[in-house]
Amino acid sequence: MAKRKRIGMEVALAAAEAVGMCNVDVAAVYPITPQSHIAEHLSELVADGKTDTEYVTVESEHTSMSVCIGASATGARAYTATCSQGLMLMHELLPIASAMRCPIVMSVANRPVNAPLNILSDHSDIMPQRDSGWIVIFSENGQEVVDLTLMAYRIAEDKDIMLPVIIGIDGFILTHMVEPMEFPDQKEIDKFLPPYKPYATLHPDKPLTMGAFAMPDFFPQMMKAKDMALLNSKKTIVKVWDEWERKFGRRYRPVETYRTEGAETILVTMGSMSETAELGVDELRDKGVSVGLVKIRLWRPFPSDELKVAVKDARVLAVMDRAVSPGTGGGPVFTDIKAVFYGEDSRPIIVNYVMGLGGVDVTVGDFVKMGEKAAKAKKEEYEFYGVMG
Amino acid sequence: MAGATWREIFPGNVVLTPGSTKGYHTGGWRSLRPVWDNSKCIKCGICYVYCPEGCVSQDEDGYFMADLDYCKGCGICAQECWTGAIEMVEEG
Ligand code: SF4
Ligand code: SF4
Repeated sequence: MAKRKRIGMEVALAAAEAVGMCNVDVAAVYPITPQSHIAEHLSELVADGKTDTEYVTVESEHTSMSVCIGASATGARAYTATCSQGLMLMHELLPIASAMRCPIVMSVANRPVNAPLNILSDHSDIMPQRDSGWIVIFSENGQEVVDLTLMAYRIAEDKDIMLPVIIGIDGFILTHMVEPMEFPDQKEIDKFLPPYKPYATLHPDKPLTMGAFAMPDFFPQMMKAKDMALLNSKKTIVKVWDEWERKFGRRYRPVETYRTEGAETILVTMGSMSETAELGVDELRDKGVSVGLVKIRLWRPFPSDELKVAVKDARVLAVMDRAVSPGTGGGPVFTDIKAVFYGEDSRPIIVNYVMGLGGVDVTVGDFVKMGEKAAKAKKEEYEFYGVMG
Repeated sequence: MAGATWREIFPGNVVLTPGSTKGYHTGGWRSLRPVWDNSKCIKCGICYVYCPEGCVSQDEDGYFMADLDYCKGCGICAQECWTGAIEMVEEG
């Protein structure tokens, strides 16, 4: 494997650089903090002629997604990025993109949702999009943002998948961090990511209809086809990740583990907090607490089987949620994980810490505290960590 | 594609036959039918313009009528007609 130069760059800019290497035909991006640097830098790359992309300066996120769907339907490779209120405004269109099997790629700079207004970081924006039929992948650091972005179109456009992909990049904590990263050569990416070959395109010479009306004799089959496509996408996603590992040496799995061997208690995280949690696990292990870490990389389709294997010997799972699922008695990751174990004969005690809301820093010390508490758990718990009273 | 299993559906519910909605007869929804009284008609064409189904057409004498295969009986033509030339009549 070629030794590559590592360069220091803000992660949002690196995301845009990676998009710029993907031979994207149409980008329609409306700026919103903390995604703005992606929108700005991509427009710089287009203006400087570094990527041959039509950059549509839309007036809202509803339009950016509409442009992407329309472009994708004509056979163009389409890209957008957003977060928070922008993603909420797009919400209406997300299930349309997946039902029409438009392989759009979107970066989401995860940020809270109003009210109160907060521009920092958590997962409240992505969670309402859970059921929109998109593949959702979370990144932990800048290098992962680059790699996962470069792999996203290969996954989205695979003929066995044909679904849009979201790459979650925690706002500020990741987007605004300057990190060392390495990029493959353009030639290598051109080989890894061949031009998009759509299965059908809107063209006046060969008229057809996409996303048409369906009556009850047809609609449920349509929903099942979309669900099966998403469920089945996992094996192809892993195949693409395997190829990446062979070519570029970095390995990605739907569920990743850190020091889980023999761990009685396993912390479960998603997104940028995972690296901090690793340090927490190291500290706990040094103190003799039997703790490991499981990181959810692939949020949709949910990696149930991989999760079961990863935590099979644990007595306690401590799920760290960076969002609330109001009225369900737990965070969204927690409720999903509980569902995974419902059918199992023996299941761990699952506790839930909702934390890091609205950009609250979650430190190594916090993970140590949560790990120590979870290690003593006797029954299911649901707690807003760090919230008084 | 009615009656197709989920495996047989073309990805993305793409309909490959142009104009296939013509095969779907919305006339089956109708409970009221528009009936034209040409003696009151001034041939303004408003009924033609407003019909959401596009099923109103003009005959050689300049009067209008609905294609009952597609007229869903919404009554918009009757509502919009200036002269009250269209009456919605219960389907028998
Ligand atoms: S009743 Fe409705 S559908 Fe029928 S002709 Fe009038 S406007 Fe058209
Ligand atoms: S709207 Fe009434 S008056 Fe005008 S063309 Fe139709 S039927 Fe005749």
